[in-house]
Amino acid sequence: MTTTVRPEERHNLHRSLAQSLQEERLLAGDRGRHEAVARGHGTHLPRLELESEDDAPRVTIGYSRDDVLTLVGSICSSIAVGLLFTAVIGLVPIGWLPVLAFVWFVLIYTCLVFLRNPGPAVQDRFWTVILWAAGVVVVGSLALVVGFTLFRGHDVLDQMFDPDSKQDLWQRLHFFTTDMGGVGPIDGLERGGILHALVGTLIQIGIALAVTIPLGLTTAVFLGEIGGRFARFVRTVVEAMTALPSVVAGLFIYAAVIVAITRQPNGFAASLALIVLMLPIMIRSSDVVLRLVPGNLREAGLALGAGQWAVVWHVVLPTVRSGLTTAIILATAHGIGETAPVLLTAGYTTNLNVNPFSGPMTSLPLAALEFVKNPQTTMIARGFATAAFLLVLVLVLFVAARALAGQEAGKLTDGQARRRRAKSRSTLQRISHAHVASSVRLSPHEDPA
Amino acid sequence: MTATTRGGRTWRPDYPEEGTASARARRVRHVFEPADLAFRGVARSGGLIVLVIMGMVGFFLAVQAVQAIQRVGVVEFVTTPDWSPETNHFGIAALLTGTVLIAIVALIVALPLSAGTALFITEIAAGGPQRVLISIVDLMAAIPSVVFGLWGLIFLQPAIVPFSRWISEWFGWIPLFAVDGADPHNPLPDDSLYTSSTFIAGLVVGLMVVPIMTSIMRESFSRAPIGEREGAYALGATRWGMVRAVVLPFGRGGVIGGTMLGLGRALGETIAIYLIINPIFNINLHLLQNGTNSIAAHIALRYGEASGLGMSALMAAGLALFVLTMIINFTASAVIARSRSGAESEA
Repeated sequence: MTTTVRPEERHNLHRSLAQSLQEERLLAGDRGRHEAVARGHGTHLPRLELESEDDAPRVTIGYSRDDVLTLVGSICSSIAVGLLFTAVIGLVPIGWLPVLAFVWFVLIYTCLVFLRNPGPAVQDRFWTVILWAAGVVVVGSLALVVGFTLFRGHDVLDQMFDPDSKQDLWQRLHFFTTDMGGVGPIDGLERGGILHALVGTLIQIGIALAVTIPLGLTTAVFLGEIGGRFARFVRTVVEAMTALPSVVAGLFIYAAVIVAITRQPNGFAASLALIVLMLPIMIRSSDVVLRLVPGNLREAGLALGAGQWAVVWHVVLPTVRSGLTTAIILATAHGIGETAPVLLTAGYTTNLNVNPFSGPMTSLPLAALEFVKNPQTTMIARGFATAAFLLVLVLVLFVAARALAGQEAGKLTDGQARRRRAKSRSTLQRISHAHVASSVRLSPHEDPA
Repeated sequence: MTATTRGGRTWRPDYPEEGTASARARRVRHVFEPADLAFRGVARSGGLIVLVIMGMVGFFLAVQAVQAIQRVGVVEFVTTPDWSPETNHFGIAALLTGTVLIAIVALIVALPLSAGTALFITEIAAGGPQRVLISIVDLMAAIPSVVFGLWGLIFLQPAIVPFSRWISEWFGWIPLFAVDGADPHNPLPDDSLYTSSTFIAGLVVGLMVVPIMTSIMRESFSRAPIGEREGAYALGATRWGMVRAVVLPFGRGGVIGGTMLGLGRALGETIAIYLIINPIFNINLHLLQNGTNSIAAHIALRYGEASGLGMSALMAAGLALFVLTMIINFTASAVIARSRSGAESEA
């Protein structure tokens, strides 16, 4: 070879050389191989000698036709066996069909895999099936809980959209616009609603958030940005308080506020209980989010001469804005669903009460609980409708939180980036103007003489 | 090359430079502007307020509880199953047994489910529906407990009673599964024997703690180093072989820690248990039998009629539960932090 060869080409050359050697070996058998090695001008490839033609077949990656057929066959067989034992013979109740089919599926599938594959592959398939089953059971039971609650809420919904009820539009929405005042246990679903609970929830969670958000964020910033021994102590106490069972928080407020001071349950006491419960959750999740801020962002701010407060306000908090919003929304979702502390502190009423400082004030989960304690089917239907509404509320909050959390820390949307660029340009203009102005005037550092 | 061998010997620049020995580090001074000082003050006082609130809760609980426990003595408080503060005769033996039994049933249900789901999400669903599954599991954590309670009471209980009966008929010879008064030969068995039991409450609570356990285990499994995973594959492991050799040992701390956090949640669960159980005041070790109790549900049931010592007694029970949960939670975070995966728990 007289032409110059660049390194990457040489590499390719080597590979093609090795390939052609291999082909040659395949053509000529052993004799060819020895010659190729002995010829001395090629790369010596010891693997060629190690490889023997009668290597056993290995476990291959991916799905072959065999795998797919085994799987499909096992599924068919398991369904058939399940149906045979339940529906046809009637040996086991029909409710056992999924369990029976699953057990039979695992058995037959493992056996079929065992016929054609070595031990490790059989184990792998078996455990894959078990892990799938765990995932399906968890997602399935969640779907069951959500689906059942939403489905049982349909009685009230049916009544709302019943064409025979001869109510106008506003009256149809009675479930959200009236309270349960004056509604007896035998009244039909066309009367009464959950306005009192809805308003109660909004007021209680509003007061709780008005305290929790500023206090929680301040404390989280203190733990993350200032630190020190006192901060570590606060963090330990907050961590301990996340273990406080919700009913104990309710009991504390009941004994310390209601029994000792107000003498009757009220909405504000429920808000206090929610504050005690939501603060540690809020602080911990914000603390975790604040730790995600890269250290070099902070250092860049400090290096530009910003003080600690300026760095926190202009760099740290904007960077994790979406994460903090998520933390707030998730804390709200948990707070709305809290039942036990509200049960102990808010009291139960069927009437609308908008004053959090006097008289009992029901919230949504509490209303659902009290409805279901009644024996009448209409009351239970109302309870499920309330629970379904609560569930929808939590779902909406959760989806909102997810949508916001989709943004990574420090990543901007198009609009945000555009605004940021515009601001940066105007700053640059301001600086250059100031520079021009100062060079026309004499800058104070220069000698006025 | 020439510089280093100039003059036939190695040439070195002057190093250390002259005067280095006598030089001292410049003293670094923190200069805080007024704005910074104000900020630090506000943040510190925020921390202080939180500390005061939390301290007040703990202090109040402790003072009230000590009053009650002093009346009966610690030993009697822990060993008495009855609850009548009016006659100075109360204790948490039955409550605590019920609480722990429900939590154990919950863990037996939740541990395989959540470990399996966590592995499913990290290993099998990777690249596919992984994000969706993570969202679904997190969503499950946000479902209000009253919804789980209603579901357990109205849907699960009727559905599971035949299964309870089947277990007690076949395995009734094990004391844990025995049901007093059950007659296997009765053609019309009495379903009410099997309702409101530890088993059913434990099942519902188990479902409720699956999300928290799953998310902590998933976190630690997903941190198993990619190099070790690929090393296992390169040595010829199947996927399960890799999971057993790399992921599970790596995530062991996460599994233990997650399970303990789940246990803490299960102990403190109130409303679902409150709705399902039939409260009794003797120690009932028969899991499938009607009647059990738990500290949290007991507080929710009895707070209204309590006054004076009764309230202190409830506080004492609450404090016992709080201390138990706290010990478990701190152990859990220590286990998680010391493990190799060192997963940050976001519980």
